[in-house]
Amino acid sequence: MFLQREITMTKLQEFPIEGKYGKYGGKFIPETLVPAITELENAYKKIRNCSDFKKELCYYLQHYAGRPTPLYFAKNLTDYVGGAKIFLKREDLLHGGAHKTNNCLGQCLLAKKMGKKRIIAETGAGQHGVGTAMAAAVFGLKAEIYMGSIDIERQKLNLFRMELLGAKVHPVNSGTKTLKDAINEALRDWITNVKETYYLIGSVVGPHPYPMIVRDFQSVIGKEIKSQVKNITPRSPHALVCCVGGGSNAMGTFYPFLDNENVSLYGVEAGGLGIRSGKHSATLNAGSEGILHGMRTYLLQDEFGQINDTHSISAGLD
Amino acid sequence: MKKVSYLQNNRIKKKFSKLRTDKEKGLICYVMGGYPDPITSEKIISSIVDGGADIIEIGIPFSDPIADGPIIQEASFKALQKGVNPDICLNLIKKIRNRYPDLPILIMTYSNILQKKGFEKFMRMAKGAGIDGFILPDMTIEESAEYLEYSKKLELATVFLVAPNTSDFRIRKTLEVSTGFVYVVSVYGTTGIRNSFSNYTLTAIRNIKRISANRNNISVGFGISTPHQIKIMSKYGADAVIVGSAIIEMINRHKDDNIHILGNKLKNYVSSLKDACKSK
Ligand SMILES: Cc1ncc(COP(=O)(O)O)c(C=O)c1O
Repeated sequence: MFLQREITMTKLQEFPIEGKYGKYGGKFIPETLVPAITELENAYKKIRNCSDFKKELCYYLQHYAGRPTPLYFAKNLTDYVGGAKIFLKREDLLHGGAHKTNNCLGQCLLAKKMGKKRIIAETGAGQHGVGTAMAAAVFGLKAEIYMGSIDIERQKLNLFRMELLGAKVHPVNSGTKTLKDAINEALRDWITNVKETYYLIGSVVGPHPYPMIVRDFQSVIGKEIKSQVKNITPRSPHALVCCVGGGSNAMGTFYPFLDNENVSLYGVEAGGLGIRSGKHSATLNAGSEGILHGMRTYLLQDEFGQINDTHSISAGLD
Repeated sequence: MKKVSYLQNNRIKKKFSKLRTDKEKGLICYVMGGYPDPITSEKIISSIVDGGADIIEIGIPFSDPIADGPIIQEASFKALQKGVNPDICLNLIKKIRNRYPDLPILIMTYSNILQKKGFEKFMRMAKGAGIDGFILPDMTIEESAEYLEYSKKLELATVFLVAPNTSDFRIRKTLEVSTGFVYVVSVYGTTGIRNSFSNYTLTAIRNIKRISANRNNISVGFGISTPHQIKIMSKYGADAVIVGSAIIEMINRHKDDNIHILGNKLKNYVSSLKDACKSK
């Protein structure tokens, strides 16, 4: 069961200096991480428009990861549903099996330019962990991945892939033993090894500048869709539909279309066993405002501000 | 002292003045509110105060304590499992306040606990329960406008943290908005017992002391558990030290003993720490 609600992103204003999106975002972090976040912000500001960096990243996206990915007309599905013409942006065909590779290559290249030798990351389903392990391997960086022990049980294959790619996977046994605790543990590692370590966040979450950086590296999806659509029809698509876990594939798809009022943007959250059951991952639809993992955002939490466990049959959306 | 003027009657400020007069260092003890259960927790705090703690920090358990190491993480987790919530902690604080009218009490917790209720509402409730200030390890000075505004209105101390890698520029800015005391994080890492400290810790304390030029009370925390360590921190310029994980570990070690045994152990331990605060 899925839940849909139109996300009116065009109204969101970006204030890059403070990293605030309206009242959301920001940086709520232990003081030890402030110098690291500032270093990252400055490095990214310098490099984001540097043509050598863009060229190098573009090279790896094309030749290592296999971009551009196809925009496929799903004829059978279109006939079956009997409404809109449905196209699939095949990010599943990207090396690694998910859009995560876009962000991992971008951030690993950034980390390398910053002189960092050690990459840490959290992973839920394991896709971001695999992406991180792959990107770190290609750039000769050491990768250590935090993964909840329950997620490890559910996604053994991805554990195997990460290890095969040379990453070290730390099982996380604290709290709910899933993604949110893997993020906590990665943050604690970062606090401890802040000087030499680059924390590679896997979605548009975390303290500023991460949401901005991840959005930018994932925007390649939306940009490609824009030019691929031009080969099919002179008009823009009626709607873009993306699943929302942390929001990176959605943000990457939507961002280049934000100023186009004719395109409706739909983010779909995991409904789990239904909103009323409390077992779901619909933070934007059913959550409330809170502060977690360095940002102000919508969270599933109890009346006292304790963070609830999320639920989805799809590991990766919870 | 330009920004701290609103705290004229604050118990923390008075305590530090008294410590100066007595030429002592302050001992700040952290306990997890409601751990191992609300009734024992109250007795634990009494033992610690009777042992000589100058200031008490009461932690409100949070599901995602990113600045905490395994000992405090586990205590939060268990407290939450037993149903401890902010209301229970505020109730506990009321009782402690009634018993010790002059004891400085701070709440240490994460920003979301305040955010969920609304900063103003939560801070008002906490003030009503009798606290003197807050320590929020995930609250940065950049995000603190609302928090500072209500702290000032309610005459609550805002204890910000500085880390070993905080720049001099940022230390200055942090000292300006820190009231009560400033919390110097001794190590790169989370809370938890350390056997020893590196030179960088001592350098950091000295540096902050130099920048503050005695305008702020400097408290050093994270990792401290022994009288010897307290003497070192004092020598390098700490006005007070903060002990947390070591107290929780002692509680864990005696979890099967009766409360009097635990109470005595804690009292003796705290008093050995306080002795180190008095020695030259
Ligand atoms: C294939 C895939 N899609 C989507 C997601 C959800 O993440 P996001 O919302 O950041 O795209 C994940 C997360 O692991 C994923 O692996």
